[in-house]
Amino acid sequence: MSDQPILRINALTKRFNEFTALHGIDLNVRDGEFLAIVGPSGSGKTTLIRLLVGMDEPTEGAIWLRDTRIDAVPANKRPTCMVFQSLALFPHRSVGQNIEFPLKLRKVAPATRKARALELLELLRLPASYYDKRIDECSGGEKQRVALARALAFDPEILFFDEPLSALDYRLRKTLEKELKDLHRRTGKTFIYITHSLEEAMVMSDRIAIMKAGRFEQIAPAAEIYARPRSRFVAEFMGEVNLFDMVDGRVPGLRFGPRASNLFVGQTGTLVVRPESVALLAPGEEADVALEGIIESEYLLGSRVQYTVAREGADPVTVEVLRENAVGGSGAPVVMGFGTQACHLIAPEARDAAA
Amino acid sequence: MQRRDRQLGLLYALPIGVFLAVAFLAPILLVAAFSTMPPKVFSIWNLPDFSAYYTVITQGYWKTVAWSLGMSMAATLILFVVCWPLAYGMAKVFGRFSLVLTIGVVMTLFVSENIRLFGWVLTLMKGGLVEGYVRAWTGTGFDGLLYNVPVIVFGLCYVYLPFMLFPLAQGIAMVPEDARAAAFDLGATRWQIFREIELPLAMPGILVGSLLTFVLAAGALAETKLLGGQAVIVIAEEVETAFTYGQNWPLGAALAMVLIVIVGGIAIWGVGRADLDRMMGRR
Repeated sequence: MSDQPILRINALTKRFNEFTALHGIDLNVRDGEFLAIVGPSGSGKTTLIRLLVGMDEPTEGAIWLRDTRIDAVPANKRPTCMVFQSLALFPHRSVGQNIEFPLKLRKVAPATRKARALELLELLRLPASYYDKRIDECSGGEKQRVALARALAFDPEILFFDEPLSALDYRLRKTLEKELKDLHRRTGKTFIYITHSLEEAMVMSDRIAIMKAGRFEQIAPAAEIYARPRSRFVAEFMGEVNLFDMVDGRVPGLRFGPRASNLFVGQTGTLVVRPESVALLAPGEEADVALEGIIESEYLLGSRVQYTVAREGADPVTVEVLRENAVGGSGAPVVMGFGTQACHLIAPEARDAAA
Repeated sequence: MQRRDRQLGLLYALPIGVFLAVAFLAPILLVAAFSTMPPKVFSIWNLPDFSAYYTVITQGYWKTVAWSLGMSMAATLILFVVCWPLAYGMAKVFGRFSLVLTIGVVMTLFVSENIRLFGWVLTLMKGGLVEGYVRAWTGTGFDGLLYNVPVIVFGLCYVYLPFMLFPLAQGIAMVPEDARAAAFDLGATRWQIFREIELPLAMPGILVGSLLTFVLAAGALAETKLLGGQAVIVIAEEVETAFTYGQNWPLGAALAMVLIVIVGGIAIWGVGRADLDRMMGRR
């Protein structure tokens, strides 16, 4: 992984008539990085990838591939390519012909083409006999691999993915996520992966860029985004979370021990605590921050149990504990607590700032 | 259950089956029978001889067959080239305007073919619309544009345009947008996308359109008679002459059989290649 960014996006804006899909966004992508761009539908991620692969032109701003400005270069002249959501395999061509397609366009000799296609089949762990198979004889996962092989045959500088796994069932998706991660490691190429599934992004990527309404909310490694979200939106997008509004170092309903009082003195913002950081306290047990409530409902999540705890005059709190630490069911009063190291405070002005 | 479905299917197919047998198969068998009769008889209850086919081969009728097939092939090719951009527009670009275009093209079918061809005769003949205006403006006239082979091919293209246009538009609509975008993304030029993606994926529509045009044009008569005068004689005209002026039904039947076998062979070959189920949206 070299330090020079392979892709630089500078003040990129895209408007469709009245509607602004991208608001002057910036992004640097490192060579060899696996970057996931995550956002709900309508966040502008599809518009962004269309600009990045060259299927559309930006209204303003620039896209640089190393030292070349590429935002006005059409897709067929760019050294990048994309794996489509629909995979867009050519149904009238065999598996081998699909993979060889980019090479055929470059007038590579048939024997060389075939050798490369067989290499790629092996890389994608498909048997060589698939070379002559028809596309409609392949399963969903196999088609996925053929599409990847075709994109790799193109030998792109950057490989883009437009939610290629979203149509697959859960187990196959999990397998392919790992394969894709592994493929990234083995090829050393730069992957930019668009998805609405945060889970997918967390499993595979080096960094995650979270989009909302045409802007980046936060760009950071998954662990950092999870532990230190920049905004409420990111915190909530990253899964179950408890948010408490803090004004001048106080949150109604929360009892601060000395360490918490000192830490939060005079602070205002949103306190973020993940459900698994909240513990159910035994009588007499102390915690930096403590709160009380009555169990409203419980859900079994395999190895863990999740409780929704109702509180008087405040939003309910979500608590997740290991199954062996589970306590009684609905209606039981509980005391909960968490340490200051598990808290993260979002400053109010940071809420709408773009990364 | 599957057996029952089959039986039901056969039952439902019965009316159309009977109709086809009576209205389509029977006449062909009758013509086939007549073609084996001795010359100038008007009944099929004679000892068959194949003298009519001998006449077809020895009397130079292959020329008229060649003109028919050649001109319909030319018309099919020209129509493909002319209709592709139009059909592309209808399937992908025009949006609402394709409906207007469809209605416009279909409306021409409401007027009899002969009347429309006479319209062209009035337009193209000496002293007609074109030559008359040219003479009035420039002072010098010419012989008119009728009575040659190109004008016959033009007439064929004019009459059979809808039969190429609509299947072609259907075929082009079957080309997935993503396949085109993916080819472009993988570095294909506009021409390469046409050759590698659009042409093969639209092939069912191309085949159906070409077959319809070719088959109809091969049996066409009016264009040669009205626009072509006696410039060339096509096989359909020979068939007509044999049955009417010639009063030689076996010869007419033999000529018809030759045309049926050639055109039918091409049609069956073509239909075997076109994936009609996919065109009808059944898979």
